Amino acid sequence: MSEELHPFETFLRKEMIPHIWCDGCGNGIILNSYLMALKDLNIDFNKVVTVAGIGCIGRVSGYTKTDSYHTTHGRAVAFATGVKLANPELKVAVISGDGDLFAIGGNHFIHAARRNVNLQVICANNFTYGMTGGQYGPTTPLDAWTSTTPYGNVEHPFNLIHLAAASGAVYVARWTTLHVRRLTESIKKALQKEGFSFIEVITPCPEIYGRYNKMRTGIDMMNWFRKASEIRNYSDPAKAEITPERIVLGEFVDIEKPSFGRLLHGMTAKVQEKMKRGNR
Amino acid sequence: MAEKSRAVLTGKHFMQGDIACAEGAIAAGCRFFAGYPITPATEVAERMARRLPEVKGVYVQMEDELASMAAVIGASYAGVKSMTATSGPGFSLMVENLGLAFMTETPCVLVNIMRGGPSTGQPTKPGQQDVMQAKWGSHGDYEIIALAPSSVQEIFDLTIEAFNLSETYRTPVVVLADEIVGHMRERVTIPEADEITVIDRKKPRVPPGEFASFKPDEDLVPPMACFGEGYRFHATGLTHDESGRPSTSSAEAQQKLVQRLCDKIRKNADKIVKTERTMLEDAEVAVVAYGITSRSALSAVQKAREAGIKAGLFRPITLWPFPDQQVSQVAKKVDAIVVLEMNYGQLVREVERAAKETPVIFLSKLGEEPHKPAEILQAMRRALQ
Amino acid sequence: MPLKLWRKPLDADKIKVLHGEVYIIKERCKGGKGCNFCIEYCPKEVLEESEEFNKKGFHPPRVKDENNCVLCGFCEAVCPDFAIFTVEKNCEGGC
Ligand SMILES: Cc1ncc(C[n+]2csc(CCOP(=O)(O)OP(=O)(O)O)c2C)c(N)n1
Ligand code: SF4
Ligand code: SF4
Ligand code: SF4
Ligand SMILES: [Mg+2]
Repeated sequence: MSEELHPFETFLRKEMIPHIWCDGCGNGIILNSYLMALKDLNIDFNKVVTVAGIGCIGRVSGYTKTDSYHTTHGRAVAFATGVKLANPELKVAVISGDGDLFAIGGNHFIHAARRNVNLQVICANNFTYGMTGGQYGPTTPLDAWTSTTPYGNVEHPFNLIHLAAASGAVYVARWTTLHVRRLTESIKKALQKEGFSFIEVITPCPEIYGRYNKMRTGIDMMNWFRKASEIRNYSDPAKAEITPERIVLGEFVDIEKPSFGRLLHGMTAKVQEKMKRGNR
Repeated sequence: MAEKSRAVLTGKHFMQGDIACAEGAIAAGCRFFAGYPITPATEVAERMARRLPEVKGVYVQMEDELASMAAVIGASYAGVKSMTATSGPGFSLMVENLGLAFMTETPCVLVNIMRGGPSTGQPTKPGQQDVMQAKWGSHGDYEIIALAPSSVQEIFDLTIEAFNLSETYRTPVVVLADEIVGHMRERVTIPEADEITVIDRKKPRVPPGEFASFKPDEDLVPPMACFGEGYRFHATGLTHDESGRPSTSSAEAQQKLVQRLCDKIRKNADKIVKTERTMLEDAEVAVVAYGITSRSALSAVQKAREAGIKAGLFRPITLWPFPDQQVSQVAKKVDAIVVLEMNYGQLVREVERAAKETPVIFLSKLGEEPHKPAEILQAMRRALQ
Repeated sequence: MPLKLWRKPLDADKIKVLHGEVYIIKERCKGGKGCNFCIEYCPKEVLEESEEFNKKGFHPPRVKDENNCVLCGFCEAVCPDFAIFTVEKNCEGGC
């Protein structure tokens, strides 16, 4: 019996598997990597909350057998902030899309990073709005084709690494789904870090983004990642822009800074102390 | 015990409505506030920022009201009673996640100290213009519980009540106060901590393996597991079955869930609804007014009685669910009804619906002050002609 | 449980090439032209496409030569559908 069971069987919400993702979609690899990281670190699954917004990747929350919550579009980080501050004992991870985290939810992202809320944010960047059929979004490369850029994209994309670093994240890394080992190591590192960490995962969406951009299969897209990838650990985030020719990968930021929770709960402790002494 | 006394400021105070609201929340067990400053609700936030650390609670100022409401839901799911306070423009942003709170059956309290709208309107002036928005502002079918305090004492009491209702029915509750109630200063009596009824959400009675997080009891309310308690459950704003699993194409699932969520409030309406009746026994004309306008209504009714007019006052304390039956009963006994609102006609539609054949006169007031008793008296005379 | 051997053993004396047994949960697989990640990225070319269809109409991979499997675990890690995993082969009697 046990021979037939996948080692992550008990980490998946079985009644929701198989997942809705297309063949060749990288979202399942991100889920796989996340579960591997939790397992490797021996984290108590009862104390993990997996939060996601809306989009193809948003369904990841349902598949993860931790406590999980699927918010409205864009609000995952804000929701997670409430969870983490209300119960600091929980590990709170946000896994969501480029559109969810950086278009409609962009404001929440930069402010959570600025506050250094103790959250682990993983972005599945497929360069598009997969769920709604492949419109362009904040990470779509210049000139790329999508359903709403029929003449090519004329908007400049975000460099998410630069954005996260500038907003104050204490750990920032970028990998692709092909670099799943390093991705797992990064997620492990992020989960152990105090403060706001951000990992961008470049992931294939052959069904939509690939189809519009001459990469019809998951392997086509993964091979693009392989060809274009350059690992440049601790290189300048400002120079980590993604182009069709070059995808800079690596760890970019790994610093120490007290988390919002630590400062906030520290302040509360001081207030309590003062009240005990009665000199209010 | 020391903890509790710090939370409940027992005694007589002279305080502002917004402050009393914050104190009511803390007395009810609220330990999390997320908000964004806005006139005339800012004082609620300021009070919470000072008071919450004293009771080991968390105050966080978010980047906007979308985030505030999302964080409030997050905190509630983490097991902490939570709230936010805002006014019209912020309320418009919050209704997005008000829907999410309803859909995921999240106990939480949202205070709207109403100012003049639409849009930025008159920030420092009172209004009752968000009454329909509270009921219909978020998309899809939903039911809301909304309470309208008319004094500083009452905003204290009703904020406690709001928490208790939200915990009882696992649903968001709105306190709809107006700028005058929020900003005026009056005497408030805060009882001893153990004299205050505080209700907490029902917890699961079965072990994790058997628990379905959206499976209701007979009262249509499911017990609530919170994050970190070992239930490892899923909650989603998508239509879902009793285990929380998304069900995006089953008509049956949609019918079952939406119906239950609405019926949870509708079928318990008689337990939820609170109204106040003054001099209605022999009344020929009834004034219907809530919040601050009910106070001028009361003095108008008294003046009317002095002038020999048999007038009475019906005050809905619960605006939603709307006290249909109670209004119908009043309507059957009187010749006419006068409705006062600081808007251009909102709750009056509900009154008309419930009053059936009884004629209803509407008196609108927009801007600085509520209706003057003399105006109301005049309207009563008109109504009786 | 599969060992995590992507860390290179440093001590040459202790090098023992591990052999893996590959398990494929066919009904979960979304293989065929659309995926085939495990086939494409297995460093030892252990797997190949099959003509077989599962209930969803996908082609699960098939083991070409299990003896080549070095238990690196990459197929398992790169599978988006939790449809493939490897366990250490019991090689006591020789593999
Ligand atoms: C408020 C709101 N606006 C729009 C939508 C429609 N919508 C659903 S998913 C989505 C985009 C998701 O893109 P992304 O976050 O990149 O996730 P992906 O589907 O690519 O994984 C949009 C616009 C929505 N659900 N809610
Ligand atoms: S549309 Fe793209 S992102 Fe969405 S499931 Fe399919 S491949 Fe994945
Ligand atoms: S990676 Fe998984 S889903 Fe894809 S072909 Fe291999 S076993 Fe099938
Ligand atoms: S464990 Fe490694 S060598 Fe063995 S089949 Fe999988 S990818 Fe190939
Ligand atoms: Mg996307």
